[in-house]
Amino acid sequence: MARLQFLLPSGEIKVVEALDGQTLMEAATGAQVPGIVGECGGGCSCATCHLYVDQPWFGQLPAPDEMESGMLEGAVEPGPLSRLSCQIRVSDALDGVRLRIPAGQL
Amino acid sequence: MSETNSVSRVVIVGAGQAGGEVAGELRKQGYTGAITLVGEEEQIPYKRPPLSKGFLAGSVTEEQLYVSPRAKLEQLGIEFIGNARVEKIDRSRKLVVLADGRELPYDKLALTTGGRARMLTLAGADKPNVLPLRSIADVKKLQPLCVAGQRAVVIGGGFIGLETAAVMLKLGLHVTVLEGLPRVLARVTAPEVSAFFERMHREAGVDLRTGVQISHLEGEAEVSAVVLADGSRIAADFIIVGIGVVTNTELASEAGLTVDNGIVVDEYARSSDPDIVAAGDCSNHPSQFAGRRIRLESVQNAMEQGRIAARTILGKGEAYQNVPWFWSDQYDLKLQMVGLSTGYDQLVLRGDPATQRNFAAFYLQAGKLIAADTVSRPAEFMLAKKWVAEGAVLDPAQLADESIALKTLVPIAA
Repeated sequence: MARLQFLLPSGEIKVVEALDGQTLMEAATGAQVPGIVGECGGGCSCATCHLYVDQPWFGQLPAPDEMESGMLEGAVEPGPLSRLSCQIRVSDALDGVRLRIPAGQL
Repeated sequence: MSETNSVSRVVIVGAGQAGGEVAGELRKQGYTGAITLVGEEEQIPYKRPPLSKGFLAGSVTEEQLYVSPRAKLEQLGIEFIGNARVEKIDRSRKLVVLADGRELPYDKLALTTGGRARMLTLAGADKPNVLPLRSIADVKKLQPLCVAGQRAVVIGGGFIGLETAAVMLKLGLHVTVLEGLPRVLARVTAPEVSAFFERMHREAGVDLRTGVQISHLEGEAEVSAVVLADGSRIAADFIIVGIGVVTNTELASEAGLTVDNGIVVDEYARSSDPDIVAAGDCSNHPSQFAGRRIRLESVQNAMEQGRIAARTILGKGEAYQNVPWFWSDQYDLKLQMVGLSTGYDQLVLRGDPATQRNFAAFYLQAGKLIAADTVSRPAEFMLAKKWVAEGAVLDPAQLADESIALKTLVPIAA
Protein backbone atom coordinates (compact mmCIF):
# COMPACT_ATOMS: atom_id res chain seq x y z
CA MET A 1 0.00 0.00 0.00
CA ALA A 2 1.31 3.43 -0.91
CA ARG A 3 -0.08 6.94 -0.87
CA LEU A 4 0.46 8.57 -4.23
CA GLN A 5 0.31 12.32 -4.69
CA PHE A 6 -0.70 13.43 -8.15
CA LEU A 7 0.09 17.07 -8.83
CA LEU A 8 -2.27 18.34 -11.53
CA PRO A 9 -1.29 21.11 -13.97
CA SER A 10 -3.79 23.36 -12.13
CA GLY A 11 -1.70 23.00 -8.96
CA GLU A 12 -4.31 20.82 -7.27
CA ILE A 13 -3.03 17.69 -5.53
CA LYS A 14 -4.95 14.42 -5.64
CA VAL A 15 -3.96 11.77 -3.14
CA VAL A 16 -4.65 8.17 -4.10
CA GLU A 17 -4.21 5.09 -1.95
CA ALA A 18 -2.74 2.43 -4.21
CA LEU A 19 -2.38 -1.27 -3.68
CA ASP A 20 0.87 -3.18 -4.05
CA GLY A 21 1.16 -4.74 -7.47
CA GLN A 22 -1.13 -2.22 -9.15
CA THR A 23 0.53 0.02 -11.67
CA LEU A 24 0.57 3.77 -11.09
CA MET A 25 -1.62 4.12 -14.19
CA GLU A 26 -4.19 1.66 -12.83
CA ALA A 27 -4.25 3.48 -9.50
CA ALA A 28 -4.69 6.84 -11.26
CA THR A 29 -7.35 5.84 -13.77
CA GLY A 30 -9.18 3.75 -11.18
CA ALA A 31 -9.39 6.87 -9.00
CA GLN A 32 -10.40 9.02 -11.98
CA VAL A 33 -7.31 11.25 -11.70
CA PRO A 34 -7.65 13.71 -14.61
CA GLY A 35 -4.84 13.75 -17.15
CA ILE A 36 -3.89 10.08 -16.94
CA VAL A 37 -5.67 8.46 -19.86
CA GLY A 38 -4.14 5.01 -20.17
CA GLU A 39 -5.79 4.43 -23.51
CA CYS A 40 -4.06 1.13 -24.29
CA GLY A 41 -4.82 -0.21 -20.84
CA GLY A 42 -1.24 -0.67 -19.73
CA GLY A 43 0.26 -2.11 -22.89
CA CYS A 44 3.07 0.44 -23.23
CA SER A 45 1.59 1.33 -26.61
CA CYS A 46 0.10 4.82 -26.41
CA ALA A 47 2.09 7.05 -24.00
CA THR A 48 -1.13 8.61 -22.67
CA CYS A 49 -0.20 7.78 -19.06
CA HIS A 50 2.98 9.84 -19.17
CA LEU A 51 3.95 11.66 -16.00
CA TYR A 52 7.01 13.03 -14.18
CA VAL A 53 8.26 11.24 -11.09
CA ASP A 54 9.90 13.58 -8.61
CA GLN A 55 13.19 12.70 -6.96
CA PRO A 56 14.21 10.89 -4.89
CA TRP A 57 11.61 8.35 -6.06
CA PHE A 58 12.56 8.65 -9.73
CA GLY A 59 16.09 7.46 -9.00
CA GLN A 60 14.83 4.47 -7.02
CA LEU A 61 12.74 3.04 -9.85
CA PRO A 62 13.93 0.24 -12.11
CA ALA A 63 15.10 1.83 -15.37
CA PRO A 64 12.63 1.96 -18.29
CA ASP A 65 13.02 -0.73 -20.92
CA GLU A 66 13.66 -0.04 -24.60
CA MET A 67 9.97 0.04 -25.47
CA GLU A 68 9.11 2.53 -22.74
CA SER A 69 12.10 4.75 -23.60
CA GLY A 70 11.05 4.78 -27.25
CA MET A 71 7.49 5.73 -26.39
CA LEU A 72 8.70 8.45 -24.00
CA GLU A 73 10.72 10.08 -26.76
CA GLY A 74 7.46 10.76 -28.53
CA ALA A 75 5.37 11.70 -25.49
CA VAL A 76 4.10 15.25 -25.07
CA GLU A 77 6.94 17.30 -23.52
CA PRO A 78 9.16 14.51 -22.23
CA GLY A 79 11.74 15.45 -19.62
CA PRO A 80 14.49 13.83 -17.54
CA LEU A 81 11.93 12.65 -14.96
CA SER A 82 9.47 11.26 -17.50
CA ARG A 83 8.00 7.77 -17.10
CA LEU A 84 4.99 5.87 -18.37
CA SER A 85 2.91 5.22 -15.28
CA CYS A 86 1.65 1.89 -16.68
CA GLN A 87 5.16 0.52 -16.41
CA ILE A 88 5.65 1.26 -12.71
CA ARG A 89 4.35 -1.09 -10.05
CA VAL A 90 3.23 0.23 -6.70
CA SER A 91 5.27 -0.85 -3.68
CA ASP A 92 5.81 0.44 -0.15
CA ALA A 93 8.94 2.19 -1.39
CA LEU A 94 6.73 4.54 -3.40
CA ASP A 95 4.76 5.72 -0.36
CA GLY A 96 4.42 9.48 -0.54
CA VAL A 97 5.72 9.71 -4.12
CA ARG A 98 5.02 12.96 -5.91
CA LEU A 99 3.88 12.51 -9.50
CA ARG A 100 3.45 15.49 -11.75
CA ILE A 101 0.90 15.25 -14.55
CA PRO A 102 1.82 16.92 -17.84
CA ALA A 103 -0.39 19.57 -19.43
CA GLY A 104 -1.48 17.18 -22.19
CA GLN A 105 -1.29 13.56 -23.31
CA LEU A 106 -2.57 13.49 -26.86
CA MET B 1 -27.80 21.71 -27.85
CA SER B 2 -29.89 21.20 -24.72
CA GLU B 3 -29.17 22.82 -21.41
CA THR B 4 -27.18 21.07 -18.73
CA ASN B 5 -29.69 21.83 -16.01
CA SER B 6 -32.44 19.92 -17.79
CA VAL B 7 -30.50 16.69 -17.58
CA SER B 8 -30.87 14.75 -14.36
CA ARG B 9 -31.13 11.16 -15.55
CA VAL B 10 -28.65 9.60 -17.91
CA VAL B 11 -28.98 5.97 -18.92
CA ILE B 12 -26.09 4.24 -20.67
CA VAL B 13 -26.81 1.02 -22.52
CA GLY B 14 -23.66 -1.04 -22.93
CA ALA B 15 -21.09 -1.32 -20.15
CA GLY B 16 -17.94 -1.77 -22.20
CA GLN B 17 -15.13 0.73 -22.37
CA ALA B 18 -17.17 3.34 -24.23
CA GLY B 19 -19.99 3.10 -21.70
CA GLY B 20 -17.59 3.25 -18.78
CA GLU B 21 -15.92 6.29 -20.29
CA VAL B 22 -19.24 8.10 -20.80
CA ALA B 23 -20.09 7.52 -17.13
CA GLY B 24 -16.66 8.55 -15.86
CA GLU B 25 -16.49 11.63 -18.05
CA LEU B 26 -19.94 12.82 -16.95
CA ARG B 27 -18.66 12.90 -13.37
CA LYS B 28 -15.32 14.46 -14.34
CA GLN B 29 -17.33 17.21 -16.05
CA GLY B 30 -19.21 17.87 -12.85
CA TYR B 31 -22.53 16.25 -13.66
CA THR B 32 -24.29 15.35 -10.41
CA GLY B 33 -27.48 13.71 -11.67
CA ALA B 34 -28.28 10.02 -11.87
CA ILE B 35 -26.21 7.69 -14.06
CA THR B 36 -27.41 4.17 -14.76
CA LEU B 37 -25.08 1.90 -16.68
CA VAL B 38 -26.71 -1.23 -18.07
CA GLY B 39 -24.56 -4.15 -19.22
CA GLU B 40 -25.32 -7.52 -20.71
CA GLU B 41 -22.27 -9.05 -19.07
CA GLU B 42 -21.96 -9.58 -15.35
CA GLN B 43 -18.80 -7.44 -15.07
CA ILE B 44 -18.44 -3.71 -14.57
CA PRO B 45 -16.63 -1.96 -17.46
CA TYR B 46 -13.33 -3.61 -18.23
CA LYS B 47 -10.49 -3.35 -20.69
CA ARG B 48 -10.95 -5.70 -23.60
CA PRO B 49 -7.55 -5.47 -25.33
CA PRO B 50 -5.72 -7.57 -22.70
CA LEU B 51 -8.20 -10.45 -23.12
CA SER B 52 -6.32 -11.97 -26.06
CA LYS B 53 -2.98 -10.97 -24.57
CA GLY B 54 -2.10 -10.86 -20.85
CA PHE B 55 -5.43 -12.09 -19.50
CA LEU B 56 -5.41 -15.25 -21.61
CA ALA B 57 -1.73 -15.71 -20.79
CA GLY B 58 -2.49 -15.43 -17.08
CA SER B 59 -0.28 -12.41 -16.41
CA VAL B 60 -3.18 -10.00 -15.94
CA THR B 61 -5.89 -10.59 -13.35
CA GLU B 62 -9.60 -9.90 -13.72
CA GLU B 63 -9.36 -7.05 -11.18
CA GLN B 64 -6.65 -5.42 -13.28
CA LEU B 65 -9.00 -5.45 -16.25
CA TYR B 66 -11.60 -3.30 -14.50
CA VAL B 67 -11.55 0.28 -15.66
CA SER B 68 -12.39 1.40 -12.11
CA PRO B 69 -12.87 -0.80 -9.06
CA ARG B 70 -16.50 -1.48 -8.14
CA ALA B 71 -16.13 0.57 -4.95
CA LYS B 72 -15.06 3.57 -7.02
CA LEU B 73 -18.15 3.28 -9.23
CA GLU B 74 -20.30 3.28 -6.12
CA GLN B 75 -18.41 6.25 -4.72
CA LEU B 76 -18.99 8.09 -7.99
CA GLY B 77 -22.69 7.31 -7.79
CA ILE B 78 -22.74 5.28 -10.98
CA GLU B 79 -25.46 2.66 -10.73
CA PHE B 80 -24.45 -0.52 -12.52
CA ILE B 81 -27.03 -3.06 -13.66
CA GLY B 82 -25.22 -6.15 -14.93
CA ASN B 83 -26.50 -9.36 -16.52
CA ALA B 84 -29.25 -7.26 -18.01
CA ARG B 85 -30.60 -7.24 -21.50
CA VAL B 86 -32.40 -4.23 -22.85
CA GLU B 87 -35.64 -5.21 -24.54
CA LYS B 88 -36.37 -1.90 -26.20
CA ILE B 89 -35.98 1.82 -26.21
CA ASP B 90 -39.26 3.69 -25.96
CA ARG B 91 -38.35 7.05 -27.42
CA SER B 92 -41.77 8.61 -27.06
CA ARG B 93 -41.83 7.93 -23.30
CA LYS B 94 -38.06 8.36 -23.04
CA LEU B 95 -37.39 5.13 -21.25
CA VAL B 96 -35.41 1.97 -21.63
CA VAL B 97 -37.20 -1.30 -21.00
CA LEU B 98 -35.20 -4.22 -19.65
CA ALA B 99 -35.96 -7.85 -20.45
CA ASP B 100 -37.20 -8.36 -16.88
CA GLY B 101 -39.74 -5.58 -17.39
CA ARG B 102 -37.94 -2.86 -15.45
CA GLU B 103 -38.28 0.58 -16.98
CA LEU B 104 -35.48 3.12 -16.79
CA PRO B 105 -36.54 6.66 -17.64
CA TYR B 106 -33.93 8.95 -19.16
CA ASP B 107 -33.39 12.56 -20.09
CA LYS B 108 -30.42 11.56 -22.20
CA LEU B 109 -29.53 8.10 -23.40
CA ALA B 110 -26.12 6.84 -24.49
CA LEU B 111 -25.87 3.75 -26.68
CA THR B 112 -22.49 2.09 -26.26
CA THR B 113 -23.59 -1.36 -27.28
CA GLY B 114 -20.39 -2.34 -29.06
CA GLY B 115 -20.37 -5.58 -30.98
CA ARG B 116 -20.48 -9.30 -30.52
CA ALA B 117 -18.15 -11.90 -31.95
CA ARG B 118 -19.16 -12.99 -35.42
CA MET B 119 -19.75 -16.74 -35.38
CA LEU B 120 -19.27 -19.35 -38.07
CA THR B 121 -22.30 -20.39 -40.01
CA LEU B 122 -20.89 -23.86 -40.63
CA ALA B 123 -22.67 -26.92 -39.31
CA GLY B 124 -21.15 -27.88 -35.97
CA ALA B 125 -20.16 -24.32 -35.12
CA ASP B 126 -22.53 -24.45 -32.17
CA LYS B 127 -20.59 -27.26 -30.44
CA PRO B 128 -19.32 -26.37 -26.97
CA ASN B 129 -15.63 -26.43 -27.92
CA VAL B 130 -16.04 -23.82 -30.65
CA LEU B 131 -15.35 -20.56 -28.86
CA PRO B 132 -15.21 -16.86 -29.59
CA LEU B 133 -12.88 -14.48 -27.73
CA ARG B 134 -14.51 -11.19 -26.92
CA SER B 135 -15.35 -11.23 -23.21
CA ILE B 136 -14.02 -12.23 -19.80
CA ALA B 137 -16.50 -15.11 -19.85
CA ASP B 138 -15.12 -16.30 -23.20
CA VAL B 139 -11.56 -16.32 -21.89
CA LYS B 140 -12.60 -18.11 -18.70
CA LYS B 141 -14.01 -20.90 -20.84
CA LEU B 142 -10.84 -20.98 -22.87
CA GLN B 143 -8.31 -20.92 -20.06
CA PRO B 144 -8.85 -24.50 -18.81
CA LEU B 145 -8.45 -25.73 -22.39
CA CYS B 146 -5.15 -23.93 -22.86
CA VAL B 147 -2.99 -26.74 -21.54
CA ALA B 148 0.35 -27.73 -23.05
CA GLY B 149 -0.02 -30.41 -25.69
CA GLN B 150 -3.61 -29.53 -26.62
CA ARG B 151 -4.39 -28.90 -30.27
CA ALA B 152 -6.03 -25.56 -30.97
CA VAL B 153 -7.33 -24.48 -34.34
CA VAL B 154 -7.83 -20.74 -34.74
CA ILE B 155 -10.19 -19.66 -37.48
CA GLY B 156 -9.33 -16.16 -38.67
CA GLY B 157 -5.94 -14.52 -39.14
CA GLY B 158 -6.84 -11.10 -37.79
CA PHE B 159 -5.61 -9.42 -34.60
CA ILE B 160 -7.62 -11.63 -32.24
CA GLY B 161 -6.66 -14.85 -34.01
CA LEU B 162 -2.97 -14.02 -34.22
CA GLU B 163 -2.65 -12.69 -30.68
CA THR B 164 -4.43 -15.74 -29.34
CA ALA B 165 -2.25 -18.03 -31.43
CA ALA B 166 0.89 -16.40 -30.03
CA VAL B 167 -0.28 -16.76 -26.42
CA MET B 168 -1.32 -20.39 -26.88
CA LEU B 169 1.91 -21.30 -28.58
CA LYS B 170 3.83 -19.89 -25.63
CA LEU B 171 1.64 -21.98 -23.33
CA GLY B 172 2.83 -25.07 -25.19
CA LEU B 173 -0.19 -25.84 -27.35
CA HIS B 174 -0.11 -27.05 -30.95
CA VAL B 175 -1.63 -24.18 -32.88
CA THR B 176 -3.07 -24.04 -36.38
CA VAL B 177 -4.34 -20.76 -37.83
CA LEU B 178 -6.70 -20.86 -40.80
CA GLU B 179 -7.32 -17.76 -42.89
CA GLY B 180 -9.69 -17.67 -45.83
CA LEU B 181 -8.03 -14.72 -47.54
CA PRO B 182 -4.64 -15.05 -49.25
CA ARG B 183 -2.88 -13.33 -46.33
CA VAL B 184 -3.29 -12.54 -42.63
CA LEU B 185 -4.32 -9.06 -41.47
CA ALA B 186 -5.47 -8.43 -45.04
CA ARG B 187 -8.12 -5.94 -43.98
CA VAL B 188 -5.73 -3.67 -42.12
CA THR B 189 -2.25 -3.80 -43.55
CA ALA B 190 -0.01 -4.03 -46.62
CA PRO B 191 1.04 -7.39 -48.10
CA GLU B 192 4.63 -6.82 -46.89
CA VAL B 193 3.47 -6.45 -43.31
CA SER B 194 1.18 -9.47 -43.60
CA ALA B 195 4.10 -11.51 -44.92
CA PHE B 196 6.18 -10.43 -41.93
CA PHE B 197 3.59 -11.69 -39.45
CA GLU B 198 3.14 -14.91 -41.37
CA ARG B 199 6.89 -15.46 -41.15
CA MET B 200 6.95 -14.69 -37.41
CA HIS B 201 4.15 -17.13 -36.65
CA ARG B 202 5.60 -19.88 -38.78
CA GLU B 203 9.05 -19.42 -37.25
CA ALA B 204 7.46 -19.62 -33.81
CA GLY B 205 5.89 -22.95 -34.75
CA VAL B 206 2.33 -22.10 -35.78
CA ASP B 207 0.86 -24.13 -38.64
CA LEU B 208 -0.44 -21.10 -40.52
CA ARG B 209 -2.52 -21.67 -43.64
CA THR B 210 -3.86 -18.84 -45.75
CA GLY B 211 -6.32 -18.92 -48.65
CA VAL B 212 -8.05 -21.98 -47.23
CA GLN B 213 -11.72 -22.80 -47.33
CA ILE B 214 -13.28 -24.78 -44.53
CA SER B 215 -15.54 -27.57 -45.71
CA HIS B 216 -16.99 -28.65 -42.39
CA LEU B 217 -16.41 -29.33 -38.73
CA GLU B 218 -16.21 -32.97 -37.74
CA GLY B 219 -17.24 -34.53 -34.44
CA GLU B 220 -20.25 -35.59 -32.40
CA ALA B 221 -20.61 -33.97 -28.99
CA GLU B 222 -17.64 -31.77 -29.70
CA VAL B 223 -15.72 -30.79 -32.78
CA SER B 224 -12.74 -33.11 -33.19
CA ALA B 225 -11.40 -31.91 -36.53
CA VAL B 226 -11.67 -29.16 -39.09
CA VAL B 227 -11.94 -30.43 -42.65
CA LEU B 228 -10.80 -28.15 -45.44
CA ALA B 229 -12.21 -27.91 -48.96
CA ASP B 230 -9.13 -29.66 -50.34
CA GLY B 231 -9.90 -32.63 -48.10
CA SER B 232 -7.17 -32.08 -45.54
CA ARG B 233 -8.21 -32.73 -41.98
CA ILE B 234 -6.85 -30.87 -38.95
CA ALA B 235 -7.41 -32.61 -35.64
CA ALA B 236 -8.52 -30.24 -32.92
CA ASP B 237 -9.23 -30.32 -29.21
CA PHE B 238 -10.94 -26.97 -29.52
CA ILE B 239 -11.58 -24.18 -32.01
CA ILE B 240 -11.27 -20.45 -31.55
CA VAL B 241 -13.24 -18.26 -33.90
CA GLY B 242 -11.79 -14.82 -34.59
CA ILE B 243 -13.59 -13.62 -37.69
CA GLY B 244 -14.61 -10.16 -36.65
CA VAL B 245 -17.55 -8.62 -34.89
CA VAL B 246 -21.16 -7.88 -35.63
CA THR B 247 -22.28 -4.51 -34.31
CA ASN B 248 -25.05 -4.46 -31.77
CA THR B 249 -27.34 -2.03 -33.53
CA GLU B 250 -30.63 -3.91 -33.36
CA LEU B 251 -31.98 -1.86 -30.44
CA ALA B 252 -31.22 1.35 -32.29
CA SER B 253 -32.81 0.09 -35.50
CA GLU B 254 -35.91 -1.10 -33.73
CA ALA B 255 -36.19 2.29 -32.04
CA GLY B 256 -36.16 3.93 -35.46
CA LEU B 257 -32.72 5.53 -35.25
CA THR B 258 -30.72 5.84 -38.44
CA VAL B 259 -28.39 2.85 -38.74
CA ASP B 260 -25.99 2.31 -41.61
CA ASN B 261 -22.91 0.25 -40.80
CA GLY B 262 -23.36 1.33 -37.19
CA ILE B 263 -25.58 3.86 -35.46
CA VAL B 264 -25.21 6.98 -37.54
CA VAL B 265 -24.00 9.91 -35.41
CA ASP B 266 -22.72 13.39 -36.11
CA GLU B 267 -19.36 14.79 -34.98
CA TYR B 268 -20.89 15.38 -31.53
CA ALA B 269 -21.84 11.69 -31.22
CA ARG B 270 -25.53 12.57 -31.57
CA SER B 271 -27.76 10.00 -33.23
CA SER B 272 -30.77 10.93 -35.34
CA ASP B 273 -32.57 11.49 -32.00
CA PRO B 274 -31.06 14.55 -30.27
CA ASP B 275 -31.56 12.95 -26.86
CA ILE B 276 -29.60 9.83 -27.80
CA VAL B 277 -25.85 9.71 -28.30
CA ALA B 278 -23.85 6.71 -29.45
CA ALA B 279 -20.14 5.96 -29.16
CA GLY B 280 -17.58 3.25 -29.73
CA ASP B 281 -17.64 0.20 -32.00
CA CYS B 282 -21.40 0.50 -32.60
CA SER B 283 -21.28 4.02 -34.02
CA ASN B 284 -20.61 5.40 -37.45
CA HIS B 285 -19.20 8.92 -37.38
CA PRO B 286 -17.99 11.55 -39.82
CA SER B 287 -14.20 11.62 -39.70
CA GLN B 288 -12.46 14.81 -40.65
CA PHE B 289 -9.21 12.88 -40.84
CA ALA B 290 -10.58 10.26 -43.25
CA GLY B 291 -12.77 12.70 -45.15
CA ARG B 292 -15.68 10.28 -44.96
CA ARG B 293 -17.88 8.43 -42.50
CA ILE B 294 -16.15 5.61 -40.68
CA ARG B 295 -16.88 3.02 -38.05
CA LEU B 296 -13.90 2.08 -35.93
CA GLU B 297 -13.34 -0.96 -33.76
CA SER B 298 -10.76 0.27 -31.33
CA VAL B 299 -10.38 1.13 -27.69
CA GLN B 300 -9.06 4.57 -28.63
CA ASN B 301 -12.31 5.33 -30.45
CA ALA B 302 -14.40 3.87 -27.64
CA MET B 303 -12.76 6.12 -25.07
CA GLU B 304 -12.33 9.32 -27.07
CA GLN B 305 -15.78 9.24 -28.61
CA GLY B 306 -17.22 8.24 -25.24
CA ARG B 307 -15.82 11.44 -23.75
CA ILE B 308 -17.28 13.49 -26.63
CA ALA B 309 -20.67 11.83 -26.08
CA ALA B 310 -20.58 12.67 -22.37
CA ARG B 311 -19.81 16.31 -23.09
CA THR B 312 -22.61 16.48 -25.67
CA ILE B 313 -25.02 15.12 -23.07
CA LEU B 314 -24.05 18.05 -20.87
CA GLY B 315 -24.41 20.57 -23.67
CA LYS B 316 -20.67 21.14 -23.90
CA GLY B 317 -20.53 20.43 -27.60
CA GLU B 318 -17.08 19.60 -28.84
CA ALA B 319 -16.51 18.04 -32.25
CA TYR B 320 -14.85 14.63 -32.32
CA GLN B 321 -11.53 14.72 -34.09
CA ASN B 322 -9.33 11.73 -34.03
CA VAL B 323 -6.53 10.07 -35.88
CA PRO B 324 -7.18 6.34 -35.54
CA TRP B 325 -4.48 4.16 -34.06
CA PHE B 326 -4.29 0.50 -33.18
CA TRP B 327 -1.80 -1.90 -31.70
CA SER B 328 -1.21 -5.59 -31.34
CA ASP B 329 1.16 -7.63 -29.19
CA GLN B 330 2.33 -10.94 -30.62
CA TYR B 331 5.28 -12.79 -29.05
CA ASP B 332 7.90 -10.11 -28.30
CA LEU B 333 6.65 -8.00 -31.20
CA LYS B 334 4.75 -4.78 -30.78
CA LEU B 335 2.80 -3.71 -33.84
CA GLN B 336 1.59 -0.11 -33.69
CA MET B 337 -0.48 1.38 -36.46
CA VAL B 338 -1.66 4.91 -37.04
CA GLY B 339 -3.93 6.36 -39.70
CA LEU B 340 -5.97 4.51 -42.29
CA SER B 341 -3.94 3.02 -45.12
CA THR B 342 -6.85 2.55 -47.54
CA GLY B 343 -6.01 4.26 -50.81
CA TYR B 344 -2.24 4.47 -50.42
CA ASP B 345 -0.24 4.61 -53.65
CA GLN B 346 3.26 4.11 -52.28
CA LEU B 347 4.60 1.95 -49.47
CA VAL B 348 7.98 2.91 -48.02
CA LEU B 349 9.75 0.35 -45.87
CA ARG B 350 12.29 1.37 -43.29
CA GLY B 351 14.12 -1.79 -42.36
CA ASP B 352 13.50 -5.14 -43.99
CA PRO B 353 10.43 -7.06 -42.87
CA ALA B 354 11.62 -10.10 -44.79
CA THR B 355 14.70 -10.54 -42.61
CA GLN B 356 14.44 -8.35 -39.48
CA ARG B 357 12.23 -8.45 -36.41
CA ASN B 358 11.59 -4.71 -36.37
CA PHE B 359 10.77 -2.22 -39.12
CA ALA B 360 8.46 0.59 -40.11
CA ALA B 361 6.11 0.79 -43.09
CA PHE B 362 4.92 4.20 -44.27
CA TYR B 363 1.84 4.57 -46.45
CA LEU B 364 1.92 7.54 -48.78
CA GLN B 365 -0.83 8.94 -50.94
CA ALA B 366 0.34 11.56 -53.44
CA GLY B 367 3.39 12.02 -51.24
CA LYS B 368 1.38 12.60 -48.05
CA LEU B 369 1.83 10.25 -45.11
CA ILE B 370 -1.63 8.81 -44.47
CA ALA B 371 -0.71 5.86 -42.27
CA ALA B 372 2.18 3.95 -40.77
CA ASP B 373 2.75 0.53 -39.22
CA THR B 374 5.75 -0.01 -36.99
CA VAL B 375 6.95 -3.20 -35.42
CA SER B 376 8.94 -2.82 -32.19
CA ARG B 377 9.99 0.71 -33.10
CA PRO B 378 8.10 2.84 -30.57
CA ALA B 379 9.97 6.09 -31.14
CA GLU B 380 9.36 5.88 -34.89
CA PHE B 381 5.71 5.13 -34.21
CA MET B 382 5.34 8.25 -32.09
CA LEU B 383 6.92 10.37 -34.83
CA ALA B 384 4.70 8.79 -37.46
CA LYS B 385 1.66 9.45 -35.27
CA LYS B 386 2.50 13.14 -35.22
CA TRP B 387 3.21 13.29 -38.95
CA VAL B 388 0.05 11.41 -39.92
CA ALA B 389 -2.00 13.81 -37.81
CA GLU B 390 -0.35 16.74 -39.57
CA GLY B 391 -0.76 15.21 -43.03
CA ALA B 392 2.97 15.62 -43.52
CA VAL B 393 4.62 15.20 -46.91
CA LEU B 394 7.94 13.42 -46.52
CA ASP B 395 10.71 12.40 -48.85
CA PRO B 396 10.32 8.65 -49.45
CA ALA B 397 14.07 8.15 -49.93
CA GLN B 398 14.81 9.73 -46.56
CA LEU B 399 12.05 7.77 -44.86
CA ALA B 400 13.62 4.55 -46.10
CA ASP B 401 17.20 5.54 -45.26
CA GLU B 402 18.13 3.96 -41.94
CA SER B 403 21.39 5.93 -41.81
CA ILE B 404 19.31 9.05 -41.19
CA ALA B 405 17.65 9.25 -37.76
CA LEU B 406 13.93 9.57 -38.36
CA LYS B 407 13.58 12.36 -35.82
CA THR B 408 15.90 14.58 -37.89
CA LEU B 409 13.57 14.41 -40.90
CA VAL B 410 11.70 17.60 -41.72
CA PRO B 411 8.41 17.30 -43.59
CA ILE B 412 8.49 18.95 -47.02
CA ALA B 413 5.00 20.20 -46.35
CA ALA B 414 2.29 19.71 -43.81
